[in-house]
Amino acid sequence: MNTETVKTIKTATEKTVRISGSEAIIKCLLAEGVEILYGYPGGAIMPVYDELYKYKDKIHHVLTRHEQGAAHAAQGYARISGKVGVAVATSGPGATNLITGIADAQIDSTPLVCITGQVSSHLLGSDAFQETDIVGISTPVTKWNVQITKASEIPEVIAKAFYIAKSGRPGPVLVDITKDAQFEEFDFKYEKCTSVRSYKAACKIDSKAVQKAADLINSAKKPMIVWGQGIILGKAEQELKTVIEKAGIPSAWTILGASAVPTDHPLNIGMVGMHGNYAPNMLTNECDVLIAIGMRFDDRVTGSLSTYAKQAKVIHFEIDPAEIDKNVKTDVAVLGDSKLSLAELIPLLNENSHPEWHQKFKDLYAIEFEKVIKDDLHPTKEGLTMGEVLNQINIQSKGDAAIVSDVGQHQMIACRYAKFNKTKSNITSGGLGTMGFALPAAIGAKMAAPDRDVVAIIGDGGFQMNIQELGTIFQQKVPVKIVVLNNEFLGMVRQWQQLFFDKRYASTEMTNPDFVAIAKGYYLDAKKITKREELADAVAEMMACEGAYLLEVCVEKEDNVFPMIPTGASVSEIRLS
Amino acid sequence: MEDTINTYTISIYTENNIGLLNRISAIFQRRHINVESINTSISEIEGVSRFTIVVNLREERMKKIIGQIEKQVEVIKAYYHTDEETIYQESCMFKLKSDLLFEEREIQNIIRDSNARIIHVNKEFFVLEKSGKRNEIEQLYRDFSVYGIMQFVRSGRIAVTKQEMKISQMLVAFN
Repeated sequence: MNTETVKTIKTATEKTVRISGSEAIIKCLLAEGVEILYGYPGGAIMPVYDELYKYKDKIHHVLTRHEQGAAHAAQGYARISGKVGVAVATSGPGATNLITGIADAQIDSTPLVCITGQVSSHLLGSDAFQETDIVGISTPVTKWNVQITKASEIPEVIAKAFYIAKSGRPGPVLVDITKDAQFEEFDFKYEKCTSVRSYKAACKIDSKAVQKAADLINSAKKPMIVWGQGIILGKAEQELKTVIEKAGIPSAWTILGASAVPTDHPLNIGMVGMHGNYAPNMLTNECDVLIAIGMRFDDRVTGSLSTYAKQAKVIHFEIDPAEIDKNVKTDVAVLGDSKLSLAELIPLLNENSHPEWHQKFKDLYAIEFEKVIKDDLHPTKEGLTMGEVLNQINIQSKGDAAIVSDVGQHQMIACRYAKFNKTKSNITSGGLGTMGFALPAAIGAKMAAPDRDVVAIIGDGGFQMNIQELGTIFQQKVPVKIVVLNNEFLGMVRQWQQLFFDKRYASTEMTNPDFVAIAKGYYLDAKKITKREELADAVAEMMACEGAYLLEVCVEKEDNVFPMIPTGASVSEIRLS
Repeated sequence: MEDTINTYTISIYTENNIGLLNRISAIFQRRHINVESINTSISEIEGVSRFTIVVNLREERMKKIIGQIEKQVEVIKAYYHTDEETIYQESCMFKLKSDLLFEEREIQNIIRDSNARIIHVNKEFFVLEKSGKRNEIEQLYRDFSVYGIMQFVRSGRIAVTKQEMKISQMLVAFN
């Protein structure tokens, strides 16, 4: 570790104290404002746990039931709070079990610091018990990672880890600390990191580029905004709303951008992408200026790139220079923090409204409502739909709940239909599509925002991928609401099998256990419903419950999610059935 | 032009930290890009390392890769250049039987004409070093092949650019 790379400023004039590396780790975490850790102990991290015992009044360690749960819980914590989530694990399997959560955090730009124990430095490379090259393994899925073998390196490295995790485009950082470094005593002093010489968190805003963007927007007849999570990560919700309202631009969101602007805002035209709304997908290929803000043109958003918004001038507001022209060629790129760039943009924009253009979105929405939404939310058939469950949650939460969704059909339904009044309310695994994400992520979210209702929407498949975290919910008394939408299938895969694989349902049918009995085994309140008449009361009972609650809703087995853009098709080839 | 595959020399200025080589090579591996050669060394700035990587790519792809490289926390700056924009060399070594040196007059001519250097001689073998362009080294290889090569090794490309690299200023600006 080259310690010269960290430039620090003195924020505390703490005297040096001689302490162990493991105590230093805890002191560093406290200095960074960490209140909750998610983790699992084991041999190589035991000195740190011994200190956690000593500091248990100052820092709360949540024992998850699996390290993957710890990583996802830390993600949920970070996503709802905007703070850095922290996960702790031992070496070997403890560390490798974090990897899925780290990869998820990397692709969804979630600030995490993961601390892993490592075998003593003299054993490195000797195939020691529970030794694994976690720095090597985690390299492609971390923003930064490093191994510490000397206690004296701990303060600077952890300071740097937090700075890198949360600055610029956030991401996960892994710090691997050998056991001897945890035991070693040294003179501790902590200084927060404020810059790293080889790393630029964000570019300065180029005023010329902002002016060019403003000119294009001002001259546009059919402008459209697609915003992403960059708005939420950049805390630019208010700036975005002002841009939208001042220039009168119909605005859509990517799955991770959801909730940055309230769902019922008149210029919020819905979600783009594979299962997004009809109007924004269709009209992506009709707009004259496409303004992308804090999003990365994921393939699930763009469909076929060769037919994506070819008629439009593209403006890209983005913090990560590597995203410019990566998938979609831009005409104007505005690099930097969206909060700053949008603030510069606002005074340059002409007040406008595009009533005819906006009407086109309304017309297409009417078609989508007639062909899809009506039957999803207000079905007349016998079986329950996932959509009506979401609708009922919307009604009873009044749109104030944070929705944590897993991956699959129910996720698309949740993101399409959940009503959001507040930002940071949609917590889901977007880029990686990690089944098993929601249950632990909901734990982290609820602990970070205890005053909010946190409702996890999970399929019967994903629920069983991290079902062990019910134990964490029970032990920690985390009052999350868990809705399992059970269709006895891996529904999204089954949908694809139906549509593209000639209904050959290979390994997608699930014979499920008694979920209510399992929840009750963890002493959680739980209920299963199968009929529409039971839905409203059951959701009310769940929302009113003071503790955690599991509601299993048996839904129609073979419903499909529409609209849908088949893989490789153009966004304007979106299917309504 | 944009559609053709070109040879690019990538120059990356980085911190001298463990694991960075892995991080950079992973960028190529993930995209199924073969690295023609790679060299790491110190640079003109104290404490700053320099990677020199040669790849064959379309320019559009090359630009994206540079973006991914620069995104790494410990990378200060990355550039890509065509052969015309750089002065570049490779180095190679031949281990040949000592008998050849004394018995084959042609060998001596080849050595003299190619500007190769004899860097070691003993009773059994001698070692030649040659720096130059790839085609010069390949020519030498063909010439010696006739007589039998005991060992051959070639280094990765090293290159300096004709344009200025403002790394020192950049490091000041970072701070």
